[in-house]
Formats: sequence, C-alpha cells, structure tokens
Amino acid sequence: MMSRIKKRIETIGDLTLYHVEQFGRMGVFLAICTCHFFKPPYKIYPIVRQIRFIGAGSIFVIGVTGAFTGMVLALQGYYTLTKFGSEDLLGSAVALSLIRELGPVLTALMVIGRAGSAICAEIGIMRTSEQIDALECMAINPYRYLMVPKFVAAIMSLPLLVFIFDAVGIGGGYLVGVILLGVNEGAYFQGMYDSVVWKDVELGLVKALVFGLLIVWIAAAKGYYMHLERSPVFGAEGVSRITTNAVVLASVTILIWNYLIGAIML
Amino acid sequence: MNRLNVELAVGVFMIAGFLCFAYISIKLGDVKLFEEDTYALQARFGSISGLKKGADIEIAGVKVGKVTDIALDGSRYEALVKLSLNSRYKLQQDSIASVRTAGVIGDKFISIAPGGSEEYLRAGDSIRDTESSISLEELISKYIFEKE
Repeated sequence: MMSRIKKRIETIGDLTLYHVEQFGRMGVFLAICTCHFFKPPYKIYPIVRQIRFIGAGSIFVIGVTGAFTGMVLALQGYYTLTKFGSEDLLGSAVALSLIRELGPVLTALMVIGRAGSAICAEIGIMRTSEQIDALECMAINPYRYLMVPKFVAAIMSLPLLVFIFDAVGIGGGYLVGVILLGVNEGAYFQGMYDSVVWKDVELGLVKALVFGLLIVWIAAAKGYYMHLERSPVFGAEGVSRITTNAVVLASVTILIWNYLIGAIML
Repeated sequence: MNRLNVELAVGVFMIAGFLCFAYISIKLGDVKLFEEDTYALQARFGSISGLKKGADIEIAGVKVGKVTDIALDGSRYEALVKLSLNSRYKLQQDSIASVRTAGVIGDKFISIAPGGSEEYLRAGDSIRDTESSISLEELISKYIFEKE
C-alpha cells in the first residue's frame, strides 16, 4: 500500500519535472535562435524560399477561408441586426470582428495546419534520420541553417496573410451583405470607415507578429527535441505523434495568447 | 521549383499582402499620409456631459474637424474644449458652438452654427457663444416638476 502511494507521488514529481524541463528547453531553443538571427552573415535566399512555402503557398487557403468567414459574418450579422433595424452597422460589425479577432486567429490556425505541421514533420524526420547530427558533423549550425529562415519567414508572412484574410473577408461580406441581402452599399463601406481606427489595425498586426513567432517556435522546437520526449518513439510513428502534439499545442497556445494580447491592448 | 518561380511567387505574395495592408490601414485605419492643415480653437461649455476626445465637429452636418482635448477650468468650473478645425473653413467671431447628440442614443458631437460677423476667428481664439449638452433626464425632470 505504502509503496503504491509512494510510486504515485513519484510519478507526479517526475511528470512535473519533465514538463518544466521541456518548457525550459523550448525557452533555450528560442534564445539560441534569436542569438543566431542577429549574428552575420545574413543569408537572404533561404528566407525567400521559406516565405514562398509559409506565405505564398498559403494564399489560396487563406483567401478561401477569409472569403467564407466574411460571408458568414455578414449573413449572421444581418440576421441579428435586422431585428433592431440597424443593418447599416453590418459593415462595421464585419470589419471590426475580422480585423480584431477572426483574421489573426483563423489565419494562424490555417498556417499551423499547413506550414506548422510541415515544419515539425520536416525537422522531426531530420532528427530521426540523424540528418541534424550530420549537419553538426559538417560544422553547419542547424539553428542557423534550419531554424532562423523559418522564424524570419513566418514573422514576415503572417501579418501579410492576416491582411489578405481581412481584405478578402470584407469583400466576402460585401458580396453577401450588399449584393445578396441588399444592405445599402454606402452604409456598408462608410460604417466600416467610420468605426475602424488605427488601434484596431495595430491590434491585428501585433497579434499576427506574435502568432508567427509562436507557430514556428512550437513546431520547430517540438520536432527538434523529439528524441527527448517522455517515451521517445522513432521512425514514422514518432514523427506522426510529435506532429500531432505540435499542432494541438500550437493551436491551443494561439487561442490563449489571442486572449492575453486582447486583454493587454484593450 | 527553380529560382525564378520562387521569387515570382514570393513577389506576388508580398505585393498582395502589402496592398491589403495599405487598404486596411489607410482606408479603414484613418492613417493620414498627408496631414491636412488644421488650426486650433477653444470653447467653454457649462456642461459637455458625454462628449469624448476625438468627437466630430460639424457645420451643417459636414465634418470639419475634431475635439483634441477636454479639460476642466478649475476656477470657473467650466469645461474647456480644444477644437482642431480644417484650415479650409473659417469661422466668424460670433459663431455658436453647441454640443449635440447624433440620434437618440448616438455619440455626442459639436455642431457649429455660423454667425454674421465680418471678423473671423484666428488660431488660438475662443468661441464665445456656446450651448451646453442637453440632458434628457434634466428635461424630463423639469417637465414633471413644473407641472405640479
């Protein structure tokens, strides 16, 4: 009996230590990447390739998601606002909810699904097949060679993707609100211009920058340290498990940070 | 994927992103690339209850400026409102500034009724004739109690 209780307590302590340690590892990972980011020589081309993958490759997904988000906002907003006879507020409702909340969050979630999972799997496979060790043997710094371009590319791409999302969403809202449901066109756009201020755009921008950092940080660090997981499994199964972990963790972190940034900058 | 295609894709993406950013920040976010010329005036009110910094100033319903600062004049217990008006519009010295409400529950704004004087207000001058905001509660209570 006593020994079983003792074992339970041991497990709790073990788990706590493991999680704190993993948290610390990710912090150190970010710190090392930041140091390498500031160290010359600066290589531009790897960054361009990553922007193509993270940013340009996501345009289609972001466009479709943005259009339908704007359309459904207009649809539901119209349904609610028309009860109070204030359809004229539709434009500002669509624009504000897109710019302040939905744009950054949905873009980040789509990028996690598209690029975050790929980054994690790529680095995880490099870890299991010992390519990262090989890089080190050839005196190529894996942080500098693999991580820094991804970080820079994500932090540059995310804000642009978010603004594409917002603009396409406003267009989608126009399509449903003005063309299908017959809200006055002038009221839709003028309401939008009157109610959105620079502070709203700034909030969206800050969110996008933070989310870009978080996505690459979590995805890359998870893949990079997959051999230090609690019960490490290598090969295909290990990579699939670590990718799932990374996507879930990144999505949850994004939603938590979305609230935190919103609360701080309100 | 050769080098040219990568650059083309990234270029298209960046241009699209920056265009959307420009649209949202300039058109929606009120970022002024070319600051319009303005001049400052001030006005004292008995009460401006509900008026906020950044509220619009209108002449005949057209926006001509905004409220830049609100303070209390401690010695006279009056509200001191600083106004910033577009330089294109000149105001006569006997213009009347009044605090009005847009609709029943809308925002407060300052409406300026032009006067007939030959003299115009210069930057830093005060508008002498003002009307305080109308409080619905006060009106109702006045109505109720004067009936008795």
